[in-house]
Amino acid sequence: MTALAILLRRDLALLLGAGRRGATILPVLFFVAVAMLMPFAIGPDPKLLARVGGGTIWVAALLAAILPLDRLIEPDLEHGMFDQWALRGIAEEAVIAVRILAHWLGFGPPLILAAVPAAALLGLDGPTLRTVELGLLAGTPGLAALGVTVAALTAGLRGGTALAGLLVIPLAVPLLIFGAGSLAPGGETGLAYCAAASLVLLALAPFASGAAIKAARG
Amino acid sequence: MQACRLSAADLACRRGDRVLFARLSLAVESGTALHVTGANGCGKSSLLRILAGLLPAYAGTVVREGNAGLIDERPALDPHLPLARALAFWSALDHAATVPLERLGLAALGDVPVRYLSTGQAKRAAFARLIAQNAPIWLLDEPFNGLDDAGAGLALELTGEHLAGGGIAVIASHQPFALPGTARLALADYAT
Repeated sequence: MTALAILLRRDLALLLGAGRRGATILPVLFFVAVAMLMPFAIGPDPKLLARVGGGTIWVAALLAAILPLDRLIEPDLEHGMFDQWALRGIAEEAVIAVRILAHWLGFGPPLILAAVPAAALLGLDGPTLRTVELGLLAGTPGLAALGVTVAALTAGLRGGTALAGLLVIPLAVPLLIFGAGSLAPGGETGLAYCAAASLVLLALAPFASGAAIKAARG
Repeated sequence: MQACRLSAADLACRRGDRVLFARLSLAVESGTALHVTGANGCGKSSLLRILAGLLPAYAGTVVREGNAGLIDERPALDPHLPLARALAFWSALDHAATVPLERLGLAALGDVPVRYLSTGQAKRAAFARLIAQNAPIWLLDEPFNGLDDAGAGLALELTGEHLAGGGIAVIASHQPFALPGTARLALADYAT
């Protein structure tokens, strides 16, 4: 088995594994809980809910993506895993690329599945749900890349987790604008822009995170 | 074991505003060890990390022929995993056939999560990881910390076998290092 496959297996076991069951399900429950709270907060008017529902799902997805940030990079840096990988000639960038994939598998598909009950709670119709799902499919990889990057930048800082959450929110605004914007009438091109923003984040994340980890080692 | 050599020329190390040591040159040949001594904070760990390529030197060059394995105060094992599985991750990465658990007195601890291990047991586990890595250059940062007398003796014995097999060891430690043919390097001589 190649080194990257071994790393991916470990990452998946860490992020989804039996020992941390709660950690994977938590963002999904949080996501559904926000969708459930909206009708209570703004009233059960179906027209109003249908209008704000898609945007609500996007905000909930963004906030849910922040929850697992603290265990993405920090523990491995603290335990000296990155040093041992460097000694074996495994580049930080490769480790990060694998980590982004594992992180996305850990929260992207569950969120896309959970969007179905969330849409039902908000009374979204079929075509809107379809656009939301496509948007999440396009946007969550970017959110995963952004999450790992910010986790790498803030690893080792005191209060790093709170800072990471605050840093992710403004950087995720393009994804949110294009993703939620695709729900407006005639806004379908937003999906393409959302996917493009995702790709930019995916391309930059391994290098930015790798540089952050090397700097943290100095 | 592959041929190995470790040399450094004119090294300097800066941490923050202070230059810890400068104009340090060393060469370690296959089958020999180097014992780095010095007071706390004089740069022993930094020197090892520079030799490992983990820390950029402030000045000077390091030439490393052969892979390096490192033991420091962190065992680099997943704390929540049972010891056997935590070690299995590294042995899969290093293509190691076996991990010498019995030799290190860890055979009964395979099912115990790493976070429940004592300091000494974690250090033994780090030695197991290092041996399975099969790297010709061993960089040992305070390898005897936390080990009992038997453990320290075992660490010495394993290092001796590694040298006999043509390996290199660089040891940073306050404790005397009683292997024949070990060169000593007092970092205080290079302080600025």
